[in-house]
Amino acid sequence: MAIDRETVLHVARLARLDLTEIEADRLTLELGAILEAVSKVAELDLADVPPTSHPLDLVNVWADDDPRPSLSLDEALANAPAREGDLFRVPPSHGPEVSA
Amino acid sequence: MRTTWETVVGLEIHVQLKTRTKMFCRCAAGYGAGENTQTCPVCLGFPGALPVMNRTAIEWTVKLGLALGCEIAPRAVFARKNYFYPDLPKGYQISQYDMPFCTNGSMIVPLPEGELTVGIVRAHLEEDAAKSVHVGGQTGRIGGARTTLVDYNRGGTPLLEIVTAPDIHSSEEAKRFLLLLRQTVVELGISDAEMEKGTLRVDANVSVRPMGSDELRTRCEIKNMNSFNYIARGIEAEVARQIAIWEAGGEVKQETFDFDAGSGTLTPRRSKEEADDYRYFPEPDLVPVEPPAEMIERLRAELSEPPAARVVRLGKELDLERALVLVTGGLDALYAATVAAGADQLAASNVIANNLVGAGVDPATVDATELARLVSARERIPRAAFDEAIAKSGDPGFTADPFLALEVVSDASELDPVIEAIIAANPGQVAAFRGGKEGLLGFFVGQVMKETGGKADPRAVSDLVRDKLLG
Amino acid sequence: MIDTLRLTAEEGLALIEGGQLSSAELHAAYIAAAGERDEELHAYLRLCEATESGGVPIALKDVISTKGVETTAGSKILAGYVPVFDSTVAARCKAAGMPIIGKTNTDEFAMGSSTENSAYGPSHNPWDPTRVPGGSGGGTAAAVSGGLAPWGLGSDTGGSIKQPSALCGNVGLRPTYGTVSRFGIVAFASSLDQIGPVAKTVRDVALLYAIIAGRDANDSTTVELPGAVELPTTESLSDVRIGIPKQVWDLAGIEPGVRASFEAAIETARSLGAEIGECDLPLSFDYGMACYYLIAPAEASSNLARYDGVRYGPRVDAPTYREMVEQTRDAGFGDEPKRRIMLGTYALSAGYYDAYYGQAQRVRTLLIREHRAALEQFDLIATPTSPTVAFPIGDRAADPLAMYACDVMTIPSCLAGLPGLNIPSGLSEGLPVGLQLIGSQFGENALFRAGHALERAIGFDTVPERLR
Repeated sequence: MAIDRETVLHVARLARLDLTEIEADRLTLELGAILEAVSKVAELDLADVPPTSHPLDLVNVWADDDPRPSLSLDEALANAPAREGDLFRVPPSHGPEVSA
Repeated sequence: MRTTWETVVGLEIHVQLKTRTKMFCRCAAGYGAGENTQTCPVCLGFPGALPVMNRTAIEWTVKLGLALGCEIAPRAVFARKNYFYPDLPKGYQISQYDMPFCTNGSMIVPLPEGELTVGIVRAHLEEDAAKSVHVGGQTGRIGGARTTLVDYNRGGTPLLEIVTAPDIHSSEEAKRFLLLLRQTVVELGISDAEMEKGTLRVDANVSVRPMGSDELRTRCEIKNMNSFNYIARGIEAEVARQIAIWEAGGEVKQETFDFDAGSGTLTPRRSKEEADDYRYFPEPDLVPVEPPAEMIERLRAELSEPPAARVVRLGKELDLERALVLVTGGLDALYAATVAAGADQLAASNVIANNLVGAGVDPATVDATELARLVSARERIPRAAFDEAIAKSGDPGFTADPFLALEVVSDASELDPVIEAIIAANPGQVAAFRGGKEGLLGFFVGQVMKETGGKADPRAVSDLVRDKLLG
Repeated sequence: MIDTLRLTAEEGLALIEGGQLSSAELHAAYIAAAGERDEELHAYLRLCEATESGGVPIALKDVISTKGVETTAGSKILAGYVPVFDSTVAARCKAAGMPIIGKTNTDEFAMGSSTENSAYGPSHNPWDPTRVPGGSGGGTAAAVSGGLAPWGLGSDTGGSIKQPSALCGNVGLRPTYGTVSRFGIVAFASSLDQIGPVAKTVRDVALLYAIIAGRDANDSTTVELPGAVELPTTESLSDVRIGIPKQVWDLAGIEPGVRASFEAAIETARSLGAEIGECDLPLSFDYGMACYYLIAPAEASSNLARYDGVRYGPRVDAPTYREMVEQTRDAGFGDEPKRRIMLGTYALSAGYYDAYYGQAQRVRTLLIREHRAALEQFDLIATPTSPTVAFPIGDRAADPLAMYACDVMTIPSCLAGLPGLNIPSGLSEGLPVGLQLIGSQFGENALFRAGHALERAIGFDTVPERLR
């Protein structure tokens, strides 16, 4: 199963990776080869087999609604690349987007 | 022949739950704390932090589902919704996808022409986003911002998403449905559901179709409507826009709009470079929920008669509009108790819906027996005294006695001497009144009221004064 | 003088408890050994000061969050990131008085089988420094085998504890999924990641497992162990039924020396009284890799979305948020994480989910059933851990699929959530060969008993020949 360069670039946008031209070319080839290998799973007829998303058969693992101490402000912001006052600062985002 | 158009609206409602802690961590939830002081490795998305479900939030979701007659899933699963935004610390929102807690319910909306049934497609639980502020731009919101600042306090607060079927056919129906849904949520004690605070948020999916058709045409989503009236206006504006397009021979495109309350207009949202692809998959850091039968039965037993049913019942005794006001204002319990204590239905309804609410009295604090005495004496005691009594009716230990003692004086034989004395004492004003300054009537009435300690009936006084001055 | 190459953790603990030695002195001895040999091995990304006492010092893979100590997961995108909280396993080690010797090298985000994917340069195999120590936990494996730590913790998603243990001649346990907390572990693939011990002996591995295992309220996917961890003492394998997947014999790419060592180990097991039989894991061998390389990247693509330059990590400045995120991620992630993020994003995306991720989840169900059936017949399943001995640095780095093939025998049981133990079975061309034992869910004690008996009988010298 091959993957074309356009698709690679689309997936990169979804994954927020600003690939270089060289990376995009190389990933087109590499992902093509890997996808060919993993496409093997399609050989099996599994219509009657339920999916497993977890190897453990657990349900209802939850906690009571009792507050515990939060981090201090210094801890919360300790690793922030940029802060303004007590807030995390990032370059401007243009408000929520919607799909066309 | 001109086409008549039918409005088709489905609503997507987000209700912020008022649990003490967040959905997936035990940071305190709620407003008012300093920026970023209610955060921890989990809600900041630090490497390695893992979510742990809030049991109360799950119970409340199930409870709402039961209140809306939903089927409660035997097995519900949280899923990751993947997208990037500064207020989304993990790069995904933990939400629900194909296995939500509640599906296939409905709510009745009593209307003058009968009952509307609005289908509830699903109700699921998810985590709220954090709050980002875009500063430095002209609008402060979109475009031209200098920077974006993020406060993660709200991030991770439990959020119930309720999706209705497109069963709503006017802005008025939408408003009534929302009032009743809000009241349901408030009575369950799971949210304050206040639109101004953002604990209740509503998006509307709007389309129109020729009356009588059952097709579903392209719909548009309207966001940013933060009051019941704005929702009604937003829907009306979008309906008008779509009808105009269809009637001009055009085609409605699927779009998302923000409603601007100031101008009453709709602004299309900037479109993304690529289509949404949220890549939902089951959240592997959490395990499924299988609500135990014991839990469901316990929650079901806690439910009381739903607001819509109470509106129907009360509507038969009063009228639908009054019933709706009482129920959605959380006033009908007091109303019923007041009537049971002997007050007239209509009078009780008016006093509670108008005077009591106007005075800002919490109906839960009012003694219905005392209120019933006030309602019954309303015509007999001075207006000012009545107002004061209502204002104090929620005070601890309130009794109507001192106010009921203040019977209104409207008898001319009692009022005449007082009026005559005041006329005698104010010859200048008398002359001016007789010279045509009729506005001075209020002065004389005021003097009489003052002299009688507010016990006089202002209307009787007004008539008597006029007679004496002009007679 | 402490011989850090030979001292087991159990012996170290006896010295500490007997008052002959303090934790700090032992810690200092390993720091000194690192000073001597780590320039060559590059097992550690950074060394730590001793702050705890009473326990045996430990090396922690750099995916394990340590409060106040930089934790990078071998990635540039976490350069300078200093956690403000301890992972549960780090906290449990500290509570047991165990000072941390250092944070060990790893393939970036634990993605790899050689540590060549570390953004900070590869680690080297103590048996032959021109060769890889395996991966992703090559740093911990090299530290233990090179005498720079008596024991350590690794993380295993598809073989990252077992395979480097095999290549470095250590004992390594990948525990049953859900028995060890993942809280504070830099996530790779949530439904597969498990933390586990690496040491020189099975008894050490059991001791460390007892310290870290058990339910953690901060990790919803953990459980209490059904029974206490038992330190193995028996040297017999009577009443133990060991199944060998018949597919092992046909597997392409198994080196003759690895096969010979495996056969010898099976003979040893038989001589200890084990009943040896053949089991059948056809789907595991045919579809395990494909299944894994869909599920793990899919989860990884989501788990690695949080590295956006907003709250931690280096940031590439750009005029808009979106460009900042895209450039930060392109600059911060190395080739392997990018490959897996791309693969996983694709496998989850609209129109492909059912064919890839959805289908892989169904294959996973079959692998679980297949293992369960085999483990109804046998107490343990045995295979070689790695098809090859340690390969030269650079040999496979350019070919992702060749690298992925390193884990062909470790992956299926990981998908099934089952515990797996590597013990050294001997040498081939002077390099260690590992034997993989797979147990039933929560069957760690059975693994320890069998592993201990075999370890005694095989008598492998865990000290690299060149360092003896």
